[in-house]
Amino acid sequence: MTVDSPTRRGRAPIAARLVLLGPGLAYLAGFLLIPLALVLSYTVFRRGRFGGVVYEATAENFTRLFDPLYLDVVLGSVRIAVITTLLALLLGYPTAYLIARLPQPWKTIALVAIVLPFWTNFLVRVYAWIVLLSGPGLVNSTLLDLGLIDEPLELLYNQGTIVTGLLYSYLPLMVLPLYAAIERLDPQLREASANLGARPMRTFVSVTLPLTMPGVLTGCLFVFVPSFGNFIIPELLGGGRSIMVGNLIRDQFLKARDWPFGATLALALLAVLLVLLFAQAWTARRYGRA
Amino acid sequence: MRESRLLHVPFWATFVFLYAPIVVLVVYSFNAGDSPFSFEGFTFRWYGELAGNADIRTGLVNTLVVAAGSTVLSTVLGTLLAVGLARHTRSRLLDAVGLLPAVLPDLVLAIGLLVFYSAIKITLGLHSVLLAHTVFGMAFVAAVVRTRLAHADTSLEEASRDLGAGPLTTFARITLPQLAPGIAAGALLAFTLSVDEFVIAFFTAAPTEPTLPIVIYSMVRFGVTPEINALATLLLAVSFTVVIVAQRMTRLTESFS
Repeated sequence: MTVDSPTRRGRAPIAARLVLLGPGLAYLAGFLLIPLALVLSYTVFRRGRFGGVVYEATAENFTRLFDPLYLDVVLGSVRIAVITTLLALLLGYPTAYLIARLPQPWKTIALVAIVLPFWTNFLVRVYAWIVLLSGPGLVNSTLLDLGLIDEPLELLYNQGTIVTGLLYSYLPLMVLPLYAAIERLDPQLREASANLGARPMRTFVSVTLPLTMPGVLTGCLFVFVPSFGNFIIPELLGGGRSIMVGNLIRDQFLKARDWPFGATLALALLAVLLVLLFAQAWTARRYGRA
Repeated sequence: MRESRLLHVPFWATFVFLYAPIVVLVVYSFNAGDSPFSFEGFTFRWYGELAGNADIRTGLVNTLVVAAGSTVLSTVLGTLLAVGLARHTRSRLLDAVGLLPAVLPDLVLAIGLLVFYSAIKITLGLHSVLLAHTVFGMAFVAAVVRTRLAHADTSLEEASRDLGAGPLTTFARITLPQLAPGIAAGALLAFTLSVDEFVIAFFTAAPTEPTLPIVIYSMVRFGVTPEINALATLLLAVSFTVVIVAQRMTRLTESFS
């Protein structure tokens, strides 16, 4: 080792740190943290007459948030997102469970088949449901041909359609973490439970489910988060009659030009998600790392 | 096992649910009739009309420009960030900031950037979408490269340093080649996400320069036409090819490392 090597070693990490971390962190500060701070700060200001913001402190955005008109939309969005998440869990758990038990190469094929639709354009997937469910669409014409109905049903533009669209879009996000959790499960645990006389249902409730709980929670979070803040699916499949909080935020920014109130709604959205994130972390810790 | 019989119902229901709409879209894209709802024979007509649609061509070019630019930026920034976070800091706060764009709802990032651009008086255009897409692209590249870094052999870097190579030489000749598969996967991910991205583009694009998803959005809102079926089928074909090629590539690189 040469004499100057320790000093070179001492200096190099600082320069390396600057070169490696500097550009990325500066970019994130400029295009992520400052924009978020701006949005947060707008929640306490008044709207300008032609959009924009008047820097005059006010609490009216927050009182407006609790106006039943808006509160109902927020709570309605929570309801739709919860229903979507539960349906995704009901479909996703058995699917993930069976995929984990498939022999190769079927396991890989099934997993790719689950992910494939997710990698296709989001709007195209929503559009497919308009084609299927609209008045003269395939579902109605099939039902008419079979003589099950006399006139086309109103299948589009209700809350059920919104749930269908959300479920269709985010179901893969439920299956993947569940699969990862179930795959890691030691089959000997279930065998032990069966050998000790537990029926399959009992084994599932006392052994399999608790051990895969972290996967369940992650999957639920992955489905709930994009469902809750969505505005495209409610607009295209909901027909504007039952709008969700995402539509409300979009309208405040692009139509009503009330940025401070839009920012406040976005803060409410983030608050709901943060509470869920902490709840998930807390429960995951309780169940340990399975 | 007895329990698995019952499980077959939701298992098959999931796959039918996921693929039935896709099959219908593809079949109807070859429908000779004008109505997008009843099948009246086979044709390539809608694909021809699609090729002549100027809006879609413009949208496609815009999307490719944005995706290419933001992928280059994301890959450079994300790779440097990943190495920096993994090797030169133990700060969990910085870790969280690096991951934030990947977990933040897209709508929140979209309005944040709209407000930011307006505050610093950046006019909207393709550049504003490109810069916006780099925020999440970089986070995904960094995340993918970091998983690769976790498996990388640090003794090679130490050996390089002990043999007298400076940090830059070590980075360029030892670290980067080891990370290459991860960087390629991250870049592919950033590109795909940018091509597909709608919400952030919708808020940060100029009305005169829409990306392809924005063009599709206005077409879908306007009504159902067989032309969209043809476009949807083409997009499906592209995505399916990319996913399957990526799957093959990762299996190849895994078997070599």
